[in-house]
Amino acid sequence: MRAAKAILEALKREGVDTIFGFPGGSVIPLYDALYDSEIRHILVRHEQGAGHAADGYARASGKVGVCLATSGPGATNLVTPIANAYMDSVPMVALTGQVSRHLIGLDSFQEADITGITLPIVKHSYLVKDSADLQRIIREAFHIARSGRPGPVLIDIPVDVTKEDVDFDPTLLPAMHLPGYRPNLKGHPKQIKEAARIIATAQRPVIYAGGGVIIAEASPELQQLALYGHIPVTTTLTGKGCFPEDHELSMGMLGMHGTQYANYAISRSDLIVAVGVRFDDRVTGNLAAFAPEARFVHIDLDPAEISKNVAVDVPIVGDAKRVLAALSEELAKLELSPDRHLPWMNQVEAWKRDHPLVIRESPDGQIMPEFAVNKIWEVSRGEAIICTEVGQHQMWAAQHYLSHYPRRFITSAGLGTMGFGFPAAIGAQAACPDAQVIDIAGDGSFQMTLQELATAVQHHLPVKVCIINNQYLGMVRQWQELFWNCRYSCTCMECQPDFVKLAEAYGAEGYRATQEDDLEEVLRVALATDQPAVIDIHVAREANVYPMIPAGGTIHDMMEGDR
Amino acid sequence: MKHTLSVLVENKPGVLTRVAGLFARRGFNIDSLVVAETENEAVSRMTITVNEQDQPLEQVTKQLHKLINVLKITDLDPSGSVERELLLIKVRSDAQSRSEIMQVVEIFRAKIIDVSREVLLMEMTGTREKVTAFLELLKPFGVVELMRTGRIAMSRGKRPT
Repeated sequence: MRAAKAILEALKREGVDTIFGFPGGSVIPLYDALYDSEIRHILVRHEQGAGHAADGYARASGKVGVCLATSGPGATNLVTPIANAYMDSVPMVALTGQVSRHLIGLDSFQEADITGITLPIVKHSYLVKDSADLQRIIREAFHIARSGRPGPVLIDIPVDVTKEDVDFDPTLLPAMHLPGYRPNLKGHPKQIKEAARIIATAQRPVIYAGGGVIIAEASPELQQLALYGHIPVTTTLTGKGCFPEDHELSMGMLGMHGTQYANYAISRSDLIVAVGVRFDDRVTGNLAAFAPEARFVHIDLDPAEISKNVAVDVPIVGDAKRVLAALSEELAKLELSPDRHLPWMNQVEAWKRDHPLVIRESPDGQIMPEFAVNKIWEVSRGEAIICTEVGQHQMWAAQHYLSHYPRRFITSAGLGTMGFGFPAAIGAQAACPDAQVIDIAGDGSFQMTLQELATAVQHHLPVKVCIINNQYLGMVRQWQELFWNCRYSCTCMECQPDFVKLAEAYGAEGYRATQEDDLEEVLRVALATDQPAVIDIHVAREANVYPMIPAGGTIHDMMEGDR
Repeated sequence: MKHTLSVLVENKPGVLTRVAGLFARRGFNIDSLVVAETENEAVSRMTITVNEQDQPLEQVTKQLHKLINVLKITDLDPSGSVERELLLIKVRSDAQSRSEIMQVVEIFRAKIIDVSREVLLMEMTGTREKVTAFLELLKPFGVVELMRTGRIAMSRGKRPT
């Protein structure tokens, strides 16, 4: 069998049903094999779109996302998506073509050392020198990408390798050889007991949960822990949805643009149970002043995250699902009374009551951005898979599009990649054909990858793009306003396309709303169509995201904004 | 404080780059680095000497463990291990200085490898401190060229490194 075909067979064995890619010289044999393969190929318009779509596919489905690009510029265009997947621990396999083996190292046409370029941003990578290794490498790559702390794995395949004849037996599973790779899944029982003990005696406990809970499929166990321990829960941006945000124990998101009550609770807590989080600077602000009164239990699969930023009192290395289940069991044995920290629960309730997230009223019928997000939530009944770009709209979406289930809020958190949301939404829609998928976008971000409208139309992926359009690079403008004397250097998008006509030019549907009163009707029509659609929502131009704790700040620096 | 990390890795192309790149990325300077095959040809050993400055070494060893090709890391305790470094040195010598140099060689149990009219080429093994002391004594004669391998180290007793 030709190696190119054997590669696709190996992908199928790993459960791959969809590949996002873009052809080129070094992958012609692979594309030739795809021509009559059962694997669906989604043709993007830029390789960056392929990478982010694979990312969105993976986050929405929990499966490994696969993208494919040619050598040289095709491969380098995958660098941003690979870095993005690495930062947010997304399981992804990136296949790149490479020039023929005898041309490697000679500065050949469309040659780039993509394994070298991506070294710091992959979980692992392979350059295939021998077609006999292909089956083993593909199996290892998928195993590494999806197990332990997931991440992107790159397989760089010289074109001549894909043209060779190889033995392929679909019934024969190739042996893996990974002597140095043994993720530790089971938490230490003694540590789990110790954690239960200090939870039982804590007076002001908080659970701080993140993306790791979603990756581990540990939402039910997290809820169990919160209920048994009567502990309020705050989540990170990537953790959104791991705990239902309408639950009475939910405090929403914490950090720079988190809710005031979550941040107050963290600042006064005496015990933080951190699960699947990495104490990112956007969460902690000034590390020295982060949760100054708290002890820490930290549950994470990656030992390198333990005590990286914050010294931890009870580290538990293990899979969140198993550890949380064991911890809940321990807590259940203790039969804790819900009243044991009643003053704390009352305090949290009071903070929630006194400092809620607000949807500001429009002074003149203009659409306020939070109002827009809230309307999207209402019209989609809170059931949509939300993808976002990066900036103000992302934070408004995180604050006001309440998520009740995991894998429904897909956002570029760690790398903060503008242009991520739309291709990610395409990937999510490919993974979940029956779901309503909405990209809550900014006008700046959307323009970075909007050519993927053609992809959505061609492949009948009815993604809805809601542009929160303020004609600014709004988040940078907000910082310029607050910290740089309103000097709006290069953040005003003076020239913009007509997004409605643009959508129509691609064969998608275009809608626009400029007044508060019109928005609901526009959304009802636009979200109901079975076509891809762009909804251009003109919002109050200089609205800011509040609350805000400035970078490196503390709870005392929190800006509440105007009501 | 100097730390010696003994790192067993799979003997595969690109592994050195992965390890070296990780140190650079996490802000650690490598003082010396020795890489060679072990008794098992599928496995190489990297002996890495680093200066533990402001950051604790723990973060870099944990990150190293995450590299798929890294098999085992030992942070060698100086009292529980022996360390050696090999020095090759070429020193100017004439008829008068030669015997004086040979005395130093004898005291340090070094070896003369090559003799010519103007220079002596010597080899010497020992701890880093001993090698440095030897070097200091030879400097006055005029060092033409010197090479040090960097440190290798092995734990004492039955337990493998």
